[in-house]
Amino acid sequence: MKILSRSYIALIIAILYIPILVLMLFSFNSTNNTGVFTGFSTYWYEELFRSAETFTALKNTLILAVSSAVISTLIGTAASLGLHRMRSKFLRGAIVSVTNIPMMNPDIVTGISMMLLFVFVGTRLGSADKLNFWTLLIAHVTFNLPYVILNVTPKFRQMDKHLPEAALDLGCTPVQSFFKVELPNVMPGIVTGFIMAFTLSLDDFVISYFCAGSDFQTLPILIYSMTKKEVKPDIYALSTLMIIAVLTLLILTNLTGDRDGKNSKNPDWRSHMRQRVQERRAHRTAGKGGDAK
Amino acid sequence: MKRILSSLLLLSLVLSLVAVFLPSCGGGDVIVLNVYNWGEYISDGSEGTLDVNAAFEEYYYETYGQKIKVNYTTYASNEDMYAKLRSGSASYDVIIPSDYMIQRMIDEGMLEKLNLSNIPNAQYIAPEFRGQYYDPNNEYSVPYTCGMVGIIYNTNMVDEEDIGSWDILWNDKYSGKILQFNNARDAFGTAMYYQQMDVNTKNRADWEAALQLLKDQKPIVQGYVMDEVFNKMKGESAAIAPYYAGDYLTMYDSNDALAFYYPEEGTNIFVDAMCIPTGSRNKDAAEAYINFMLSEEIAVANAEYIGYASPNLLVRENEEYIEYMEDWHEDAMSILYYDAESVPTQYYHMLDVDTQNVANELWEQLKIESSVGSSIHTIALVIVILCAAFFLWRFILKKYRTSQY
Repeated sequence: MKILSRSYIALIIAILYIPILVLMLFSFNSTNNTGVFTGFSTYWYEELFRSAETFTALKNTLILAVSSAVISTLIGTAASLGLHRMRSKFLRGAIVSVTNIPMMNPDIVTGISMMLLFVFVGTRLGSADKLNFWTLLIAHVTFNLPYVILNVTPKFRQMDKHLPEAALDLGCTPVQSFFKVELPNVMPGIVTGFIMAFTLSLDDFVISYFCAGSDFQTLPILIYSMTKKEVKPDIYALSTLMIIAVLTLLILTNLTGDRDGKNSKNPDWRSHMRQRVQERRAHRTAGKGGDAK
Repeated sequence: MKRILSSLLLLSLVLSLVAVFLPSCGGGDVIVLNVYNWGEYISDGSEGTLDVNAAFEEYYYETYGQKIKVNYTTYASNEDMYAKLRSGSASYDVIIPSDYMIQRMIDEGMLEKLNLSNIPNAQYIAPEFRGQYYDPNNEYSVPYTCGMVGIIYNTNMVDEEDIGSWDILWNDKYSGKILQFNNARDAFGTAMYYQQMDVNTKNRADWEAALQLLKDQKPIVQGYVMDEVFNKMKGESAAIAPYYAGDYLTMYDSNDALAFYYPEEGTNIFVDAMCIPTGSRNKDAAEAYINFMLSEEIAVANAEYIGYASPNLLVRENEEYIEYMEDWHEDAMSILYYDAESVPTQYYHMLDVDTQNVANELWEQLKIESSVGSSIHTIALVIVILCAAFFLWRFILKKYRTSQY
């Protein structure tokens, strides 16, 4: 039985990773033959840095992914905080459902509706280039947002609600309490949200396809346009580099994430907080007990 | 505090929205030229070639003393490009559609008339590419590349006596080794050229006759492919495929067992031509770009990079180019610049809506009637019913349990 379960896991992992390994292998192929490995070379990596088109597209994609991830993380965190503080359960549920719509919507619907909106507004304002980098950025922030909210909101809920109260008791202003107590607590969620937003924006094709204008082409659109002729191995090389970059990013965040919890920078201050939280809890339960009597 | 913060946020949102739609006038005196071309369809500086767009920016600055920035973006099909332009969402200055799409765009008023006095190099276009059906007076377009469809075959797998005609695609000796186009127009085209029909026919019966041929062919076809044809032919997993002559040369680069011929019954010829869409803001610069693309050095660099035939006489007669192509494939020149008289050729014209619908409908018929056949529908239905039954059962169980208490 154990052999069976292990081979099952091995099979799943093989299916997941063999295509990537094959891609990496062929990025080192010496010719552009995809059927046969003719010899090891870094030719396609050099080629990648020589091709102006691919390089511009890569640069565009990275600019877009980073800026849209930063903006959506900022807005998303603010939205999560707002949702967390919201008193009415009904209202909160309603708003959560609304923010989830871009996530549940098929990409093509989001893409076309965004394009229609941009063209409509652009025509009203009499602008010549209705689609440009900024419209693409708005579109990307829109579809990234729900993923950030989805990652940050549970962290707010998991956080002990007495923590900010204790911080206020100990003399923090609400702003200080947010930055010193609440933000560090939800940080892991924010980081995951940011990484998700970044990767989603990096590989989005459908929405970018509809919302990209004449001045800004991202990598997925470029690769798609190559399919009339042939996708050249410098794209394999590029994909390999991107996989390695994303992998390092993930490993780094995992490593730093572990360390953060263990050695806190200000143990003295933390123990104060801990004590105050316990006091408040005891006070609350005592109060409740009194009501029951 | 809260109110100030939220009003600040609102303000920044409004400001950014305004910034988005304001005409982008930044960048000083730099003209921006938006070029929209097929993917992999220009010499772009890779593999030691000339970076044409960078060369143009330099040339323009030297000639007109004006800085220019070429925004070069790409598309995968005429229809993609048409949809983008039609949506009115982006403005382009130079586009490179194929023949039938030029016809359609002229009909719909989407192209500007060219000022040929700004494009003196247009005189070098070969006479057979002037006054074609899509642009009878050469007012709207200047040809960029051209080519014909032929049959690529692997000499190790195909007997010499079987070649020469389209019928090799229906030869069951090569069952499972034949590739076919994966789009309605080109696939029906192969059958229609085979039967020497008019490929632009409006007669439904002709299309159905072609469908019958494709249905007969289906059991021996390995797959319906587009760009996968490169890997399949190079890797010898298929032996015969119809594709463009220029792409054959690319495949030959990796596998010299591949050979090529034009079927004697006739075949498809296409022209991709440079045009200026209406709404272009820099028509003069666009015309300078088109003229630049036709100049000898640039046209040769592009022709060598793309591998397609060039309608430009300066290229055809350039000795360096001829040497380069013959070094690539000894018959390259005779393959690319085939005497159109000896093989009958037909352009694809824009089909009217009804004929297009017929073609699409028949194409679906061909594709859906796969080896899986109707069983795929049955399997899907069974899965849906099983899921529904499972959830219903659980629902009833839950009801039953709660009723126990």
